[in-house]
Amino acid sequence: MTLALSHFTAAVLFAVFASIVFGITQRSGAYEQIRYGLYCFVMFVGGVFVAGWLMWLLRR
Amino acid sequence: MANSTTVKSPEQAQSAGMMAVVAPALGWLIPGAGHLIQRRWIRGLLLMAAIVIMFVLGILSQGRVYRLNGGDILDILGFVGDIGAGGLYIFTRAMDWGQGSIAHATADYGTKYIIVAGLLNFISVADAYHIAIGKKP
Repeated sequence: MTLALSHFTAAVLFAVFASIVFGITQRSGAYEQIRYGLYCFVMFVGGVFVAGWLMWLLRR
Repeated sequence: MANSTTVKSPEQAQSAGMMAVVAPALGWLIPGAGHLIQRRWIRGLLLMAAIVIMFVLGILSQGRVYRLNGGDILDILGFVGDIGAGGLYIFTRAMDWGQGSIAHATADYGTKYIIVAGLLNFISVADAYHIAIGKKP
């Protein structure tokens, strides 16, 4: 069985798993952990869009 | 002035010292187990799910699992990342999976997933240690 993820799907899944680990390990309280995890997720996915648009601009 | 609630008996101190060794070691071997053994059930299960799923997705994407090597610096660093996954890495090597595939363009994503799963487990292990020594609740 071979899995062929698209670039965007791979990036979003990466963001989900990394954010879970960052949220749990970098903060102490439950509320802070959820908040930091969501922050990391938004930053990861936001970074994907920013990088995508930058590459689009460079290509033109 | 010492607070009476913070004073540990010799047995408690010995148990905490033992946990500071066992929890990280177990957490390395089985991702999330370092938290589970300290009764951090939800954290442990979430860490286990995140790291194991990431590693398995990497293998299913035909990612490459690095072997111990003394060659290119990136290969050495790849091995360092991979070994962080502990038992997952050992099992994968034992099954001879993770050969990598140049036939699939997305296999490189898999290679990165496997490395990052190992690196995330290193962070998880450090967190389990901090809990064991009382630095984190």
